[in-house]
Amino acid sequence: MHELSITEGIIKIVESEAKKHHFNKVNSIKLVVGELSGVFPQLIQEYFNIASRGTIAEGAELIIRRVEARMKCNECGNESIIERHRLRCKNCGSLNVRITAGKEFYVDSLEVD
Amino acid sequence: MEIKVVKQILEWNEDCSNEIKDTFEKKNIYMINVMGSPGAGKTSLIVNLINELRKYYKIAVIEGDIAGQIDAEKIKKMDIPVVQLNTDGACHIEAMSIKHILQYFNLDEIDVIIVENIGNLVCPAEFNIGEDIRVAILSIPEGDDKVEKYPLMFSTSEILVLNKYDMKSYFDFDDKKVESVARELNPNINIFRVSNKTKEGLNELVNALKNAIDKKIKK
Repeated sequence: MHELSITEGIIKIVESEAKKHHFNKVNSIKLVVGELSGVFPQLIQEYFNIASRGTIAEGAELIIRRVEARMKCNECGNESIIERHRLRCKNCGSLNVRITAGKEFYVDSLEVD
Repeated sequence: MEIKVVKQILEWNEDCSNEIKDTFEKKNIYMINVMGSPGAGKTSLIVNLINELRKYYKIAVIEGDIAGQIDAEKIKKMDIPVVQLNTDGACHIEAMSIKHILQYFNLDEIDVIIVENIGNLVCPAEFNIGEDIRVAILSIPEGDDKVEKYPLMFSTSEILVLNKYDMKSYFDFDDKKVESVARELNPNINIFRVSNKTKEGLNELVNALKNAIDKKIKK
């Protein structure tokens, strides 16, 4: 339910880049969204279209790259995908694992004129 | 033209959360973020925690609610400094709201701030608010599938309170299953079985919090 404040965060980033690089139009914005970030990508574009009205980001297409959640076992070193948030090593069963990917949520790059 | 940016989208919230952490480090304050569904027993737990923890610390409370003052009035009657934070529809508390509200407290006269987050198992988990510890409450009547359904809440909390534990016999609540799922999401989570009505299990929780508080603040 807070996709609106998230899209405002994206617009703030675009506006601060516009001050540095002096572009006039944003064609697309590449976002990286990890599976563990809690963000629902399908809704962001729609909220973005509303929130960006009248800003330099208006009309931009969001290109979202999903990153799957991964973990590495501290006991046996096995690396695997995290499914359903389960932090148990699929090789040795240990719970002593660390998350190596999936929490990402950032603006990667802008395509501008 | 492509411009490489690589900037965290929720950076403003993280920055603000870190700012609050710095303030609390200087002022020697410990913050507890209490989260859970509407009706899980957040306010009752906070009332019980105040009664125990006030023997050792000066407590203050931030009551987050979408609307109204009901919870804040309860706490006020206990003679505890409290500020009601109305989010006016928003589903969670953000660090910025906490930062703005701190001016209403005398931080030199506080050891522990307890924040009651908005009743919601989803959004509050995504926003750090400068807290030292997260306490997630799941009450027995809500059902034993909630940890599985709302993983982020339980994978980011240090403490899980299974509240209304005295009602366990009335509901098909498999607490062993909840415990094993919670540990797979969050191997270091501390689980407490509590009834805020009978006070059963409350002592263990209070002691765990007291140990955590004493590790941080110097009295």
